[in-house]
This record gives sequence, structure tokens and C-alpha cells, in this order.
Amino acid sequence: MNKDLTTDLLVVGGGAAGLCAAAEAAAAGVKVTVLDSDLHMGGQLVKQTHKFFGSKDEYAGTRGYKIAGILMDEIKELGDKIEMRVNTTCTGYYPEDGVYTAMKGEDEYYRIHAKKAVIATGAQERMLPFPNNDIPGVVGAGAVQTLMNVYGVLPGKKVLMVGAGNIGLIVSYQLTQAGVKVVGLVEAMPKIGGYWVHAAKIRRLGIPILLRHTILEAKGEDYVTGAVISEIDDKFQPIGKPQEIDCDVICMAVGLTPTTEIFWQAGAKMQFVPQLCGHVPFRDKTMRTSNPDLWVAGDAAGIEEASSAMVEGRIAGYSAAKALGKKMDAKKFDEYWARLDHLRAGEVGTKIRAGIAQVMVEGWEA
Amino acid sequence: MELIQKHPILEFKHGKEVSFSFDGKELKGYEGEPIAVALTANGVRVFRVSPLMKRPRGFFCAIGKCSSCFMTVDGVPNVRTCVTPLAAGMKVETQKGKGLVPLETE
Repeated sequence: MNKDLTTDLLVVGGGAAGLCAAAEAAAAGVKVTVLDSDLHMGGQLVKQTHKFFGSKDEYAGTRGYKIAGILMDEIKELGDKIEMRVNTTCTGYYPEDGVYTAMKGEDEYYRIHAKKAVIATGAQERMLPFPNNDIPGVVGAGAVQTLMNVYGVLPGKKVLMVGAGNIGLIVSYQLTQAGVKVVGLVEAMPKIGGYWVHAAKIRRLGIPILLRHTILEAKGEDYVTGAVISEIDDKFQPIGKPQEIDCDVICMAVGLTPTTEIFWQAGAKMQFVPQLCGHVPFRDKTMRTSNPDLWVAGDAAGIEEASSAMVEGRIAGYSAAKALGKKMDAKKFDEYWARLDHLRAGEVGTKIRAGIAQVMVEGWEA
Repeated sequence: MELIQKHPILEFKHGKEVSFSFDGKELKGYEGEPIAVALTANGVRVFRVSPLMKRPRGFFCAIGKCSSCFMTVDGVPNVRTCVTPLAAGMKVETQKGKGLVPLETE
């Protein structure tokens, strides 16, 4: 079954960035269609039970899943300006025809004719190579969150967390809240990558965080029954006697990488930026890529906090609306950038600023 | 189904409880929730067996990206069970190998 759809602005991804882009453009009078491959909108926000940091403008102090609700309310008020399509995966972009293809479920296909698009496809989990890393029970941290925080289902009984960045720390705490035993966290780096406030919660619970440690192997035939971990030296080589851990889940929280297939298909100019955790498109200050019909926002532009993703979404939505001929208030654009600069200020933002500097262009030649 | 009963922050609202079959066994799950979630709640961990090395595969990314949770659903192979909603009476099967699209078997 093939169907043709027409819209002014297509937003691929209904997470923090995509919803903000859609709301911003629709408020300016643009007809917007949002696609999301998941069964509900909200992206990763819907499973964040912790209170956000950042600034008041981006709902600091509010739990992530409540922010998703706030954004959905904003979108509801815009009425039929925004069409929301869940369980719909964007499967391709054909720049020569300006056509995007999408599938709903497994047997409904769409050709979407859109004048412009904001690509807010977010990120996907990174993986570590170790023997048996493909067996059931080795699960991404995002998947564990979805399972327990969205659907109330436990991933297992005893969890080994790999990675002590913010995600590893937060998910360990959430697992404990849900009644699951976290046997420990292993972190290859000599220091904890996440915020101290999250690490302190884990330590207060008495859960060990083993720095300079990594996983060597998953144990089990049909599914995980344990793990082998080891201390490592400065060159990340195992030292000392490996230790066997009793667990039925190995939760991988070793970082994310931007989801960028559509930009590659569009022939957008890309670069590998370690600070942004993967290949990302070059962009100007309006978040427009080298393809004049595509904007980028959120984790697809580089792995960062959800608060920055929301502001980038606003900027991309604003700019796409402007390109579609809507009259926009220039003050608003400057205000969004001031908010972004504020979120990225200080020592915490050093890495992000260095990353963005490598892919930010003055402007695209007409 | 094993579900979280008490949570300090969240309250879970589930939809209608329905029956579905997994490799011929009748299981219960909630309508509209991902098939993979219903299976996990029922303690099912192996979703498919890889074509070449015959390795067991299960729930991994939950966002329809990694291919680990492909199963045969109502005769259709390679269904991303982590983003496919459960419906009453669904026939879910462990996928062995690449799976055959229904046309090829007719």
C-alpha cells in the first residue's frame, strides 16, 4: 500500500529537539508533519525520571518525562498545524525528487513530499567489543530505561553496569529505585565521567564504582549468567587477576553516537568530531546543513544534553519557518542563541564548544 | 507477567490485557505495548537465532535500530518487536535464520 503525503516542513524524530522544532515552526504558521519510529512521541525524555539541570528556560528542576508532557501540551494547542505520526520510520531521502520515504509498522509505505525538513533523529547506543557481547542479557542502557521507566518491566535481577558516565550512573540509580540489584559499575577511565551528584547517590547506596576496570567477557549460553571483569592499566590492557561477577544483565552505558543516515543520503557535508561522538553534519548558525533543504537539531548534531537539544530544535524550527517565507522576530533568534551559549558555558561545556567549532560555518554560499 | 509493582516516582498505566502466542504457548501482555516488552515481562529472553553462527539474540536497543529483536510475527519475518505494538491473538515466533517472506513459501 503506497500513499503520498504533502507537507511544508517534515520533522524526522519527535524527541526533545524535534518537538521543539515542530512547535516553533507551527506557531509561525507552517504546516508540519512529525515522524517518530517509536510508539509514542517524546524520544528519550519519556523515560528520564531524574530532575534536569541547565536553566529555567529549559525546565531545570523538572523530571524529564514531565518535560515531554509540557512539550506535547504546547503542540496540542497548535491544533491541526502539526500532524503527528508515531510508529513511522523515515527510511530514505531522495534529494533529486525531494521525496522522503517512510513506513508505518511493517506494511504501510509513504512517499512524503516536503518543502523543507528538520532532521532530529537523535542518537544510538555505542558498544564495546568483548566475547559473547551479542547474547541476550547484554542490553543498552537506553533500552533498560525504556523497559522499566516506560513500561514497568524489569530487565533482570542482578545488573552489572558498564560505564560510569551520567547515563551509567542515572540508570544504576533508576534500577535500584525499581527494585533491581546493581552489583557494580565498571569504568575504564581513571575518574567518574558523570556529575558528582549522580555518583554520590550511587555511593550512598553502597554500590561499588570500579574505576580503571572493564568487562572482558559475558558468560552464558542462551543468555547472560555472569561477567568477567578486570582492572586495566594506562593503555587499557588488563592487569591482575580477572574477577567473575554473578549477574543476569550486562547494561552497556558506554556512550552514544549521532544517527545520521539521512544526512549521508542527502550528500550533506559531514565530519567525524570526537567531541560530538561521531560523524555530524556541518551547520551554520541557523542549524542549516550544506543541503539547503535540511536542518539538524539535537543529538543528531552531536551528543549533548536534552536542554541544548530543545534550544537547537527551536532554532532549526525558527529558521526553517523563515526559509518558508514566514515573518520571524530576529530578537527571538538571538535570545535562543544566548540560551544555548549559556547552557554551553563554563568548564562543563569545553568539550562541546571545541566540537562545534569544527563544524560550524559562517554561512552557506547561495 | 512480572511487573514493577511499587515505584517511588512513577505510576504505570497499562492498557487492555490480551493473549498472544509465543512459539505455540499462550502468554499475556498489554495491547499497544511493544511485543518485546511483553515477552520480557514473561521471562522470554531469546528472540531469534542468528543465520550463520546460530547465536541467540534478544532485546538490545529498544529503538528499532539494532536488528537484535527481529522475530516472525503473524508469519512476517524480521519484525522489529521492540517498536511493534502487541495485539490480541498475535502469533509470535522465534526467528531462526533470515526468515522467509510469506510470498516465498506459497
